[in-house]
Amino acid sequence: MIGSLDVVLLVLSVVCAVAAVQVRDLLASVVLLAAFSLFMCLLWTELGAVDVAFTEAAVGAGVTTVLFVITVYKTDRVSRD
Amino acid sequence: MGLIEGAAGQLNTVGYIVLMMIGIYAMTGKSNLVKKLVGMNIFQWSIILFVVSLSAKRDASIPIVLDGHGGGAAPVLDAAQYANPLPQVLMLTAIVVGVAITGVALALLLRIHRQFGTLEENELLERLDASSGS
Repeated sequence: MIGSLDVVLLVLSVVCAVAAVQVRDLLASVVLLAAFSLFMCLLWTELGAVDVAFTEAAVGAGVTTVLFVITVYKTDRVSRD
Repeated sequence: MGLIEGAAGQLNTVGYIVLMMIGIYAMTGKSNLVKKLVGMNIFQWSIILFVVSLSAKRDASIPIVLDGHGGGAAPVLDAAQYANPLPQVLMLTAIVVGVAITGVALALLLRIHRQFGTLEENELLERLDASSGS
């Protein structure tokens, strides 16, 4: 049961990472990076590392996303590749 | 309990290698600087995933003592029942340091965009050549 949950979370995080790298809209890339971070947070709860999980949810998915969104808002939104 | 033979050993090994390849591709193959930073974040989390996977054990609980409040004497702990807390705490530090690195890098990107008006690497190099040549 836990093994299948591990597979699902790993596949979802890899899909989010590939989409965040490939998409051209930088705001969409940042939001996909936040979703990737959330799946990693769930993966660490499943691995038994609860302190890493809630630090990741607060700092990784929260503060990093806010900093990225501010930067994308102040600079160009569309990437060439 | 071997090095990789944790709770989800093989699976997480495959996962972190794939994530690391995605991060390296984004850092080297993409020309937009924000994309490179996104790749750096993915690379960082893949390494954190590797170290946290080392701390996991089969049929183990989270590293909090189960009957810590019972009785006067200290309870006898079986270390195999709990996940190893040392790699988790080290990676806690790594997450916070990573956010600080990301913040400094984004401040540098804002400065670069204010001076050169672009965040694409090839245009940036052309403008650097033009400004140094003239």
